Amino acid sequence: MAYISNTDTDRLEMLKAIGVNSFTDLLAPIPEAIRWQGDLPIPPALDEHNLYRHLSALAARNANAEQMACYLGAGIYDHFRPAVVGALASRGEFATAYTPYQPEMSQGMLQAVYEFQTMICGLTGMEISNASMYDAATSLAEAALMAVHTTGREQVVVLNNVHPNYREVVRTYMRSSSLEYVEASTQTVLDLITANTACVLTQSPDFFGCIQELAPISAAIHAVGGLLVVASDPVALALLKPPAQYDADVVVGEGQSLGNAMAFGGPLLGFFACKKKYVRSFPGRIVGGTVDAEGRRGYTMTLRTREQDIRREKATSNICTNQSLLALSATIYLSALGKNGLITAADLSLQKAHYACTELCKLPGVSMLMPDRPFFKEFALRLPVDPENVNEKLIAYGIIGGLSLTPYGSDLKNGWLICVTETKTRADIDALVMAVGNILSEGTH
Amino acid sequence: MATTPADLKYSKTHEWVRLDGNVVTIGITDHAQAELGDITYLDLPEPGRVLQYDGQFGEVESVKAVSELFSPVSGTVAEINSEIVDHTESVNEDPFGKGWLIKVELANPSELAELMSAEDYVKFAEAGGH
Amino acid sequence: MDSHEPLIFEMSRAERRGANLPDCDVERTDPALLLGAANLRDSLPLPEVSELDVVRHFTRLSQRNYAIDTGFYPLGSCTMKYNPRINERTASLPGFAGLHPLQPVETAQGALELIYLLQQHLADICGMYATTLQPSAGAHGELLSMMMIKAYHADRGDTKRKVVVIPDSAHGTNPASAASCGFKVKGIPSNSKGCTDLEQLKAALGDDTAALMLTNPNTVGLFESDITEICRLVHEAGGLVYCDGANMNAMLGLTRPGDMGFDVMHFNLHKTFSTPHGGGGPGCGAVSVKQLLEPYLPIPVVGKDEQSGKYAFDHARPKSIGKIHSFYGAFLIAVRAYTYIRALGPKGLRAVGENAVINANYIRTQLQESYDVAYGNPICMHEVVLTASRQKQRSGVRALDISKRLMDYGIHPPTNYFPLIVPEALMIEPTETESKQTLDHFIGVMKKIAVEAIECPEQLKTAPHFTPVSRLDETLAVKSLDLRYEPLFTDSEPKQ
Repeated sequence: MAYISNTDTDRLEMLKAIGVNSFTDLLAPIPEAIRWQGDLPIPPALDEHNLYRHLSALAARNANAEQMACYLGAGIYDHFRPAVVGALASRGEFATAYTPYQPEMSQGMLQAVYEFQTMICGLTGMEISNASMYDAATSLAEAALMAVHTTGREQVVVLNNVHPNYREVVRTYMRSSSLEYVEASTQTVLDLITANTACVLTQSPDFFGCIQELAPISAAIHAVGGLLVVASDPVALALLKPPAQYDADVVVGEGQSLGNAMAFGGPLLGFFACKKKYVRSFPGRIVGGTVDAEGRRGYTMTLRTREQDIRREKATSNICTNQSLLALSATIYLSALGKNGLITAADLSLQKAHYACTELCKLPGVSMLMPDRPFFKEFALRLPVDPENVNEKLIAYGIIGGLSLTPYGSDLKNGWLICVTETKTRADIDALVMAVGNILSEGTH
Repeated sequence: MATTPADLKYSKTHEWVRLDGNVVTIGITDHAQAELGDITYLDLPEPGRVLQYDGQFGEVESVKAVSELFSPVSGTVAEINSEIVDHTESVNEDPFGKGWLIKVELANPSELAELMSAEDYVKFAEAGGH
Repeated sequence: MDSHEPLIFEMSRAERRGANLPDCDVERTDPALLLGAANLRDSLPLPEVSELDVVRHFTRLSQRNYAIDTGFYPLGSCTMKYNPRINERTASLPGFAGLHPLQPVETAQGALELIYLLQQHLADICGMYATTLQPSAGAHGELLSMMMIKAYHADRGDTKRKVVVIPDSAHGTNPASAASCGFKVKGIPSNSKGCTDLEQLKAALGDDTAALMLTNPNTVGLFESDITEICRLVHEAGGLVYCDGANMNAMLGLTRPGDMGFDVMHFNLHKTFSTPHGGGGPGCGAVSVKQLLEPYLPIPVVGKDEQSGKYAFDHARPKSIGKIHSFYGAFLIAVRAYTYIRALGPKGLRAVGENAVINANYIRTQLQESYDVAYGNPICMHEVVLTASRQKQRSGVRALDISKRLMDYGIHPPTNYFPLIVPEALMIEPTETESKQTLDHFIGVMKKIAVEAIECPEQLKTAPHFTPVSRLDETLAVKSLDLRYEPLFTDSEPKQ
């Protein structure tokens, strides 16, 4: 039987040593009425070769970013991933370890997570970072809950240019905790912040790829004693002023683009950094440096008393795991690219996105949806036709087009959100522009 | 072995009480600090707060455990040991001396009769202390 | 060999480069013009190292990490079984790893089919009606289950149900998850056999009961033999029963929570279905439900049009609790779990359950003389809980000391100090993938340590002696809060 080491002889010897006649005797605690008889209703086993063929066949029915030029972004990004990331992060010593509850046997992962925390602090400008969380959306929700706990207030204000999926997740968490969720536009937010507001949730670059002005919101929320929470893109932060400089209290975001696969949206890597004064109430695991009995430097999980396995129903959050392996990939990625490499990747994305935007806007009927706002690697266009139709036709050109914004609001009709990273060459972009041009001119005939 | 001074009174939640006029000093027992291990954080009430009999008045945290502190008496917090908040090791090193936590002005002195003697507390703690 | 490995930041040299990035092939504009000079940062504190530095640094770190791939890992309640390599190979297929979550569903039919099939297989394995793969971890699955139970009662206008009953043997995530949803937690003590006390349960149930959260087999490794009666009592009181499926490995092919009466359960795909733990994640806490909770599943739900055979995301579900993940959950973990289930089939899954139970009982009976087995040594399921009370009383040796000494013999310790209701607990879960020879070696070492605990207790109290670091000063870690490499910031912290 696959993956089972014991032979029939081993089993017989063991049952004898246990002192039972047959395996059935060990089922004594399970009442007979609920014992499953026969085979479970699932398909029969496949040998490894045919199993791989089966999975390959399923995979082959998906268009992927290696065969196609993918211009989707909206939280998941097709950035370049150096080979060292996969080669090192997939080592069994990392991948097949459990949570480092026994630090003497887990120094490798613990040190890597300490390095990760340091890098997240570096990117965001914040004083402390945890060991990572599920994804950006739940990180944002946890930030809101932390703000509720530390301020004792029950209202959370969310900007409506925050990623719609993130807003939906925050709304779910607020609803289940019977907290008040208020959505604001950049025009109304300053009026909606009151002395009852626990925090404002913002995103920069926002869902549309644009830089969100933070200073006025920061001033307004701090004036009433609430917290400023900023979701950000770690690659953008290679260029952009870190949110800490706008006095953000919490900075969260999606770390997938730091060396992790797009993976159909999961697993993902949420990061969570904040001011040190919240160290006792912030969620998730944390790794700290210390010394061993001989005075040698070492690392261990720390501040464990905040966590659910000790504090139970009074824990700061129910979160028990982090995304260690993805945090490790991010750490390897940020090491391999280094300071200059990450700046280069960010600058290339910025330059190519602007080139693509300029070229696409030369096509008849195509214009920018938000022409006055500076953007990083994503931009929203308005097409003269339904973007879904354009996307459908782009497949034949080997292109996965941008995100149709039509479902996201009446003012966004025929909006098309395009993302361009350093993985796209000028020739790729020219091919996109030509294909869109062809499709639009076909459409007018 | 844990020490248990004979001149103090003890609660089932492992606090000790020393009476001085109408004011009691409260701390946690040697047995309790040994069970908790190295204490790293104390959350104590503000002076002036009114405490209920057997009501929670704070928290004590060690590296791997957190324990609620319960007031063995009702009354008003007269003073807290501000020294130990930054020197929590005092609670481990000298639980009945430098490691005291709060002083409370008694509201109902008859509650003291509910507490255990040192002798009873030793038996209680040895039996598992629950 | 020098056991010290510097931090990557300590290896950094200005202008050293690692990854090889392309030149800019479009006309370059100054970022200050594109983004606004005021929006730009003036320094970036990240390391500058070569690719060779990176490879050596992380390879050396990996050598300071114990894992299933390096040795026996009998960590109770964590199911540290072998993680098959084929799972990694299928999960890295570009047709899975290279998919964008927002690409047109017509271009991702294989991915949706895999999700759909895995959901169905999981439901069939546990005897439920429907499954979602969206929760990122077991605790996330618990939280989702509590949200759905809350929505179910609210939907029926049954607003008085505010209490979730949880046995004292439960893992701390259970009460934390219930409390996160605004429920009041009512704990009930276990009986003298380490199982749910029916009288205590009856006393705790009432018209305010929203649910019972129960782990089965429970955290002492024992099957709750009264389970059908327990479920009946909770249902009679108007509550629902939630199964913490952390210990599902013990039941594969042998018995199904749905048939016991549970209404909802979470799986840990990273335990039961062999996806690697990754040093703490990523995992997947898939949740299966009976039909009565199906309307409340998180959106989007993967559906199949039986006529066309096409798969699609269904967002229009008015009773859904909403979204709980940025996209659809940990898809690549689902690929691994699906690969595993298809490799084993029904007979293989049953063999998992059988061998997990045999291995645990073998350890139990071989160690019952050297250590005390909790709750009078009954037949256990997939794990056995020993207590070091005897050792503590005789020579002051605690469970933690025994664990640390195991490291000197190159074995990962069992789970310590859990469940909380067993003093000096050593919770051992061998899993089905370990051989009798591995177990015999472990048993031999444990017996040797039991002797050492009498003859040379100091040897245990100062252990481990042969690991890269010895016992760490965890008090200093809490008090000093050294959470990042400070020199990186003192030199280059950007000015306000």
